[in-house]
Amino acid sequence: MMTTLLIDVFLLCLLVITALGAVMVRSLLAATLLLAIYSLLMALVWVSLQAVDVAFTEAAVGGGISTVLLIATLVFVGRREAPGPLIHWPSAAAVIITGAVLIYGTFDMPRFGDPAAAPHQHVAPHYIAQSMNETQVPNFVTAVLASYRGYDTLFETAVIYTAGLGLILLLRGARTRRRERRR
Amino acid sequence: MMFVAAGAAVLVAILLFLVRALLGPTTFDRILAVNAIGTKTVIFVALLGFIAGRPEFLDIALLYALINFIATLAVLKFVEYRRLG
Repeated sequence: MMTTLLIDVFLLCLLVITALGAVMVRSLLAATLLLAIYSLLMALVWVSLQAVDVAFTEAAVGGGISTVLLIATLVFVGRREAPGPLIHWPSAAAVIITGAVLIYGTFDMPRFGDPAAAPHQHVAPHYIAQSMNETQVPNFVTAVLASYRGYDTLFETAVIYTAGLGLILLLRGARTRRRERRR
Repeated sequence: MMFVAAGAAVLVAILLFLVRALLGPTTFDRILAVNAIGTKTVIFVALLGFIAGRPEFLDIALLYALINFIATLAVLKFVEYRRLG
């Protein structure tokens, strides 16, 4: 228990260092790479909290896909940040206020791992007791995602598919138009 | 106890790679740091399973190794060709 706590504290310190580095560094490519490191460390925090599925999503989306998307953005905007002051005060104020509101929001959350918390009282006992009988899926997180919330997951996938398809068509269109103009 | 010692060593290694990623004079130092932190993540996911007494998640670590590859490839391609297509 003590060991996991120490690991969590160490990982969170590394996260803060990485985040500050990503903000401070002037090369956008370096910032992208630091954000990839941030995602990998965040995934480790999730694994340490026993949320392996979330960790996996974090590593795939944060470390893999968003790095590729950010690099694709750098192809268009260039690698260097425009010169300017290191801290843009209006955005810093917006970030600090949002962060303060979010931290204030956590005060209403139940204590970490509290078995009497509301989310653990509603449908969770039913899933834990019955998911094996009702769905024949041994892992009940998978049972909830793929069976109890099957339609939700299905249409989420449809939304992401549509968004990706739209993006491909838009980018493809822009590229063809540029090529036509060049001719 | 062995797993905790190994975990501590991996965490120190991650810290050192992070220093390289922050200071790294060239882009390649940073790319190498990201890739190395990725491999250390794989090892640490495996170790965390044993430290917490739940080694069933070992196969997740294998999938991390695959993901780690994609970002490095994209970054290297961008540095070399200035585009992704």
